[in-house]
Amino acid sequence: VSGESAVRIAALLPDVLGTYSDGGNVTVLAQRLRWRGIPVEVHTITADRPPPTDCDLYVLGGGEDDAQLFATEWLRRHRPLCATLQDRATTLVVCAGLQVLGRWMQDSTGHRYPGAEVLDLTTEPGRRRAVGEVVSRCTLAGAGTLTGFENHRGVTRLGPGLAPLGRVLRGVGNGSGDRGDGVLTPSVVGTYLHGPVLARNPALADAVLARATGRALAPLELPDQAAVRAERLARTPTRHRPGRRVIGVLRRSTRPA
Amino acid sequence: MVSIRVARSAPMARARAEAPPLRTLAAMRLGTAASAVSRSLGVGAGAVIGGRVALRVDPGLLARLAAGRRVALVSGTNGKTTTAHMLAAALRTRGPVAHNATGANMPDGVAAALMAQPAAPDAVLEVDELHLGAVVDAVRPDVVVLLNFTRDQLDRGSEVRAVAARATAALARHPGTLVVANADDPLLVAALDGVPVCWVAAGADWLADAGAWRGCAGGAGPCPVWRVSDGGVEGPAGKTPLRLQLPGPFNFGNAALALAAADALGVPPGVAAGALAGLDCIAGRYAVVRRGAHVLHLLLAKNPAGWAGLLPVLAPASSLLLVVNARVADGRDTSWLWDVPFERLPDRPAVASGERAADLGLRLSYAGRAHRTEPDPLRALDHLPPGDVHVVANYTAFAGLIRRLTAEGAP
Repeated sequence: VSGESAVRIAALLPDVLGTYSDGGNVTVLAQRLRWRGIPVEVHTITADRPPPTDCDLYVLGGGEDDAQLFATEWLRRHRPLCATLQDRATTLVVCAGLQVLGRWMQDSTGHRYPGAEVLDLTTEPGRRRAVGEVVSRCTLAGAGTLTGFENHRGVTRLGPGLAPLGRVLRGVGNGSGDRGDGVLTPSVVGTYLHGPVLARNPALADAVLARATGRALAPLELPDQAAVRAERLARTPTRHRPGRRVIGVLRRSTRPA
Repeated sequence: MVSIRVARSAPMARARAEAPPLRTLAAMRLGTAASAVSRSLGVGAGAVIGGRVALRVDPGLLARLAAGRRVALVSGTNGKTTTAHMLAAALRTRGPVAHNATGANMPDGVAAALMAQPAAPDAVLEVDELHLGAVVDAVRPDVVVLLNFTRDQLDRGSEVRAVAARATAALARHPGTLVVANADDPLLVAALDGVPVCWVAAGADWLADAGAWRGCAGGAGPCPVWRVSDGGVEGPAGKTPLRLQLPGPFNFGNAALALAAADALGVPPGVAAGALAGLDCIAGRYAVVRRGAHVLHLLLAKNPAGWAGLLPVLAPASSLLLVVNARVADGRDTSWLWDVPFERLPDRPAVASGERAADLGLRLSYAGRAHRTEPDPLRALDHLPPGDVHVVANYTAFAGLIRRLTAEGAP
């Protein structure tokens, strides 16, 4: 692989937005490249380091409320990075990482904080915390059905030009009434799903990598991967078709002993 | 340095003022009966159900059960059970101690421990960090030992900083309570700002939740009165040599906190250290069990900080059985496995096991660790060579394994 330039991945603010183990997404992205013989560099950008603007892939995770405000101010101080996230690189953002890229966030007292203004979306607190397994149908080509674990109280509304990453079959996601989860733009893949989301959903990981590298990637089989997905997807209620559920109940109740 | 000792008068004065009211007697009778039924049916050890019934009958029960005793609470994210066992062993050198030894650390388990030993003048109670405030308000303890606060069961406990804030807010309401706390946990130091504390330099295996970006690390940290030092613990009266059978540097930290608390309650460090040296198994943890061709070394780790502390203990392992569940008591979200630096796990024959064996196995693959995957932990042993096996399980996985080994008659 000599001469081939490495794919550069930036783990942004793992010290600030690292609470929900989304750093695992960086591990997954880097390993899936290495296993295919593609050289990779991982740059860990903690709050005390100036962020590079020439990476191929940026990853931002979830964190606590005050951490989120800190991350927002940090991003606003680094405008060239925001421009890169907006349209020059591929960016994966999860939970708080998704919220901070928006126009504003509102806290529980009603105060609005300006976001990094990379995406036309806004977030305010919902009535209840959304905690639990999520299943969604991803709109990104090839990514299929997503499984993940959400743990947040944000209600995220997308601006008129934006579409969600997936349609929620189980769980809450953005919580804005249209069963959307996250956001999908030509450069940004955003979601509320932890797990980490790329560990649970290798097809999404490869779709993100394909976007960032512009290469077609060879398939990769891992032991345990199918079981991890099957355990979560096996009993997905079909929320869109309540009729099926009734039939399911009838079938269960009439099953011979 | 001034030695901190608990003033004994206040809690003792409110003691034994009157016979327990009828409601309390009824609560204790019913609770004891519920325990007996639960035990005879083989449902469990019976402690929790007894406490739950009794607390339902008399909500003021905890306060009345604690009155007149010297009470120490032990709380935090990791090390509660071990440190409480250490402190109980130290206090037992002078008499009976009420202690929730099985680690039933919710208010019902605490009540059950006090009911089981109504005459014990000392009580050492491990308390779940999410319930610390309520228990502190009810029992008005003489001493509260705080170990550390790190991320754990985020789906249940919410954010660690909020947990720490809630747990420590109650302490401000009880100025008569002596707080013994780990000076090396920045989150604990921040949460206890303004509360008088007997600080113990007990070490920290996990600083990722400390929030260095907040810039609070700039100021002078607390000045510890006690500290772990080479082969012992240093206190106000000098160094106490300490020999522990329990493995891991973190257990020296737990011991330093236990010695400081015992000293505050009137048991000198030399006496306490002797009692700690006798501990070799803490509610099944650190037990060494022969089973067929294997010798199992049972260890518990349930979050990234616990795992980080345990990794050095695994260095001499010849094979590994790792068991992970994700029930409510474990936290249903398995994301935390990705914060464990499994890349530093010694490269040995290993099996990923438990109800979330596949999640663990996937994590091990990404960490470059070859392994087998077998959800049943006892069947998993068939894949490991004879000899020593270091077994690391999280909360319900550990409890389930102990139950099955006991049923087999192995330990």
